[in-house]
Amino acid sequence: SCLIAGALSPAVDIIRTIRDPEKPNTLEELDVVTESCVEVQEIAEEEYLVVIRFTPTVPHCSLATLIGLCLRIKLQRCLPFRHKLEIYISEGTHSTEEDINKQINDKERVAAAMENPNLREIVEQCVTEPD
Amino acid sequence: GLGQGVGLTPPCRSHPAPPGQGWACRAVLGEGHQRTVRRVAWSPCGSYLASASFDATTCIWKRQEDGFECVTTLEGHENEVKSVAWAPSGNLLATCSRDKSVWVWEVDEEEEYECVSVLNSHTQDVKHVVWHPTQELLASASYDDTVKLYQEEEDDWVCCATLEGHESTVWSVAFDCSGEHLASCSDDRTVRIWRCYRPGNQEGVSCSGTDPTWKCICNLSGYHTRTIYDVSWCHLTGALATACGDDAIRVFEESPSSAPQQPSFSLAAHDSPGWVGTLHCSASVLRTSVEAEPSLKKRPRVSFSRHMSLMARAVLPVSFLE
Repeated sequence: SCLIAGALSPAVDIIRTIRDPEKPNTLEELDVVTESCVEVQEIAEEEYLVVIRFTPTVPHCSLATLIGLCLRIKLQRCLPFRHKLEIYISEGTHSTEEDINKQINDKERVAAAMENPNLREIVEQCVTEPD
Repeated sequence: GLGQGVGLTPPCRSHPAPPGQGWACRAVLGEGHQRTVRRVAWSPCGSYLASASFDATTCIWKRQEDGFECVTTLEGHENEVKSVAWAPSGNLLATCSRDKSVWVWEVDEEEEYECVSVLNSHTQDVKHVVWHPTQELLASASYDDTVKLYQEEEDDWVCCATLEGHESTVWSVAFDCSGEHLASCSDDRTVRIWRCYRPGNQEGVSCSGTDPTWKCICNLSGYHTRTIYDVSWCHLTGALATACGDDAIRVFEESPSSAPQQPSFSLAAHDSPGWVGTLHCSASVLRTSVEAEPSLKKRPRVSFSRHMSLMARAVLPVSFLE
């Protein structure tokens, strides 16, 4: 439906320019996220469930959770409509994907992580749009 | 160090209330913690307030004539403290943390707090701790998908039961008024009811030694569409209320034809976007009604009577994402 397409495009635009925590590239350039990795479902009047499945470049656990955190923070801040968010590592790309998925979808873990000044600084650098 | 209490704070001036009407902010305790305050709990006697924080400390505040004073700061957890709870006796306090541990603290008449046990039974974050209504029995809910129970045996606190069944993080637990049943709620979108079977029970449930066995006797599945963060069991009416990530509050009541070993609960009320209906809540003390009307934006504007809003606030968890 065109309502869902209207929700899809902002989500894709928001995540494609997020920078990788380690490399001087965006997540799109590194194929961590693509247009097809975003799924949107309408769950209530003017409210959408946005599901992201991303593919980390390296199997390193802490980087995957960091990317997941960046995705969540930027989408939460920038999506222009009411939403619920689920972020997953795309299936089969990581040995501890269940562990990582659980962490990045636990809102208390996310909130506490963003109060850690070091972690917050890295996330801000990854999600801030360049001028 | 962390959590420096700074004496008394003047009452908040931005929300004055005419005498005898409404609620007024009496104190702002802004200097106790360096990070999110996750949970607060009044002592059974009402003179103390405990606050658990992501800064890894728990502050104990004493009510004074014109405010509150931080009398002590409980340190020791390695990272965020998620919950704090006073035992009904008022002499014991429990805290839990992302560091996977549950701590039991004893307080004496001189207001001295001593950690009497560090329980490392869980394998992941502990989200919530709750005391049994009448016994010194402690329950904990964890990111490791289990509920654990603890009691003092021969001067040592031990884990006496592990309740397995949930398929994801258990966010909260609640005892019923008798303490014979426990309700747990989870990221797996279910509420489970557990019942305590003592050794020598009529139903033939086997027990190990003198320890009771807790068995899951009811699984409320299919009602919630996202993580369930909190559950509250009314000690007056037996009603179960849940707080869910799908923006809805649900109230469950046990069906009249319910069997003790296999109780059935039905959804008595459901406040959520688009719901138009009437919620009647009655208790032996209060009789009140709530009406929900759709607003212009198609979200119900629920108006509560004063008593009902007190009950609603009791079950809504404090939001911890700004």
